[in-house]
Amino acid sequence: MTKPDVVITGLGATTPLGGDVASTWEAMLAGRSGVSKLTQEWAAQLPVRIAAQLAVEPSEVLDRIRLRKLDRSEACALIAAAEAWADSGLADAGLDKERLGVVVGSGIGGAQTLLAQDDILEASGPRKVSPHTVPMLMPNGPAAFVGLEYGAKAGVHAPTSACATGAEAIAWGLDMIRAGRADVVIAGGVEAVIHPLPIAGFASMRAMSTRNDDPERASRPWDKGRDGFVLGEGGGIVILERADHALARGATIYGRLAGAGMTSDGYDIVQPHPESEGGGRAMLAALRDSGIAAVDVMHVNAHATSTPVGDMAEILGVRRVLGDHPVLTATKSMTGHLLGAAGALESIATILSIRDSVIPPTINLDDPDDALTLDVAALKARHMQIPAALNNSFGFGGHNVALIFSRA
Amino acid sequence: MTKDEIVAGLAEILEEVAGVNPDDVTEEKSFTEDLDVDSLSMVEVVVAAEEKFGVKIPDDEVQNLKTVGDAADFVLKQA
Repeated sequence: MTKPDVVITGLGATTPLGGDVASTWEAMLAGRSGVSKLTQEWAAQLPVRIAAQLAVEPSEVLDRIRLRKLDRSEACALIAAAEAWADSGLADAGLDKERLGVVVGSGIGGAQTLLAQDDILEASGPRKVSPHTVPMLMPNGPAAFVGLEYGAKAGVHAPTSACATGAEAIAWGLDMIRAGRADVVIAGGVEAVIHPLPIAGFASMRAMSTRNDDPERASRPWDKGRDGFVLGEGGGIVILERADHALARGATIYGRLAGAGMTSDGYDIVQPHPESEGGGRAMLAALRDSGIAAVDVMHVNAHATSTPVGDMAEILGVRRVLGDHPVLTATKSMTGHLLGAAGALESIATILSIRDSVIPPTINLDDPDDALTLDVAALKARHMQIPAALNNSFGFGGHNVALIFSRA
Repeated sequence: MTKDEIVAGLAEILEEVAGVNPDDVTEEKSFTEDLDVDSLSMVEVVVAAEEKFGVKIPDDEVQNLKTVGDAADFVLKQA
């Protein structure tokens, strides 16, 4: 049986660079950083006092009553999904809701709710704990709220694979359509854990940049001076649609989701394999799944988080699988690391790179690591034709997801 | 405390918890059907009402409080 073609017909995002896709993309191409100092009182005691916070607060978009019942990650999901849904034109397409699925994950879940309600429990007792606590903190909450909003009845799923979550959700959405279980899938990832506990946890692992006095220069993938990732927050959502379904309704098509590869390292709970053994296998699986020749994959939106080991391991994997011709970028240099949302946001950037024939810059790459042996769109955007491109996402736990997008 | 004062107090709670316009809060209105208060938000309304009026509203009583008037009468009896 041949696999049905799957295309992208809608995009939505709320990110540290902008409250929607257009403003985020414009900021990316301009090389703007979304990282700033944390001025909250709680930040003063932390070893890490910088983060990439949402450019537009959810309270500017959703009303107060709605937000009372939503974790910040769920608010990001609804905001990004609303943009993607409107963009797709599906609202007026008479879609059979039994053919509409949702796959939206987060890396950590409703941690802000969990911690805030625990404070209430300790201070005021159990009766004061909000009755909305459970739907706010459950990891499937973002997917479930999106499913409810659009009446999705083909299945609502919430994969979780740390920093690979957003990409994994898109890969499962692809599978859902190929398996014939849905015609349209709202897919993506969200994360909102800029809170002292997650920051302290990541900081204790020595995983985060402590460049507290120079926030805009803290996220510097592949640069010799990189010292860890910068935590970001937000959400990214794509509308995946069976190609014949999209064509039949005359939808605007951004491009194809040509293939996906998912592997696991079986190596270490947090350390990436130093040669990206599992990451390379995911890239190869995606390439084979897509049926696209390696030579046509001209661009890689890399996972590259600005950590010492992971950044270079990925380079080895890309070289091994694709060769030395792709032009890379690390948009985390601008957005910070959105954990469970990263793969979705970077998929959006990859899709737009193909559409607009431009690769956003990797900022702060002032002094490249000697092991950086591939071409990177360093410091400024690179204009070039891109028939197909790869997006990598790797997560704590040894999860590897590679997605290949191509022109429609 | 008069019944009117209790209804006004409930209106304040409903605005805070569920975004209900205080002008819509009258005795004959049903919490769920007329004022669109979902089951979880109703729990919030009950806890807030207990605090505001200094009464106890047992869980098995809540299902009998269908309208704003039912709730006001119950509070009036307990207060």
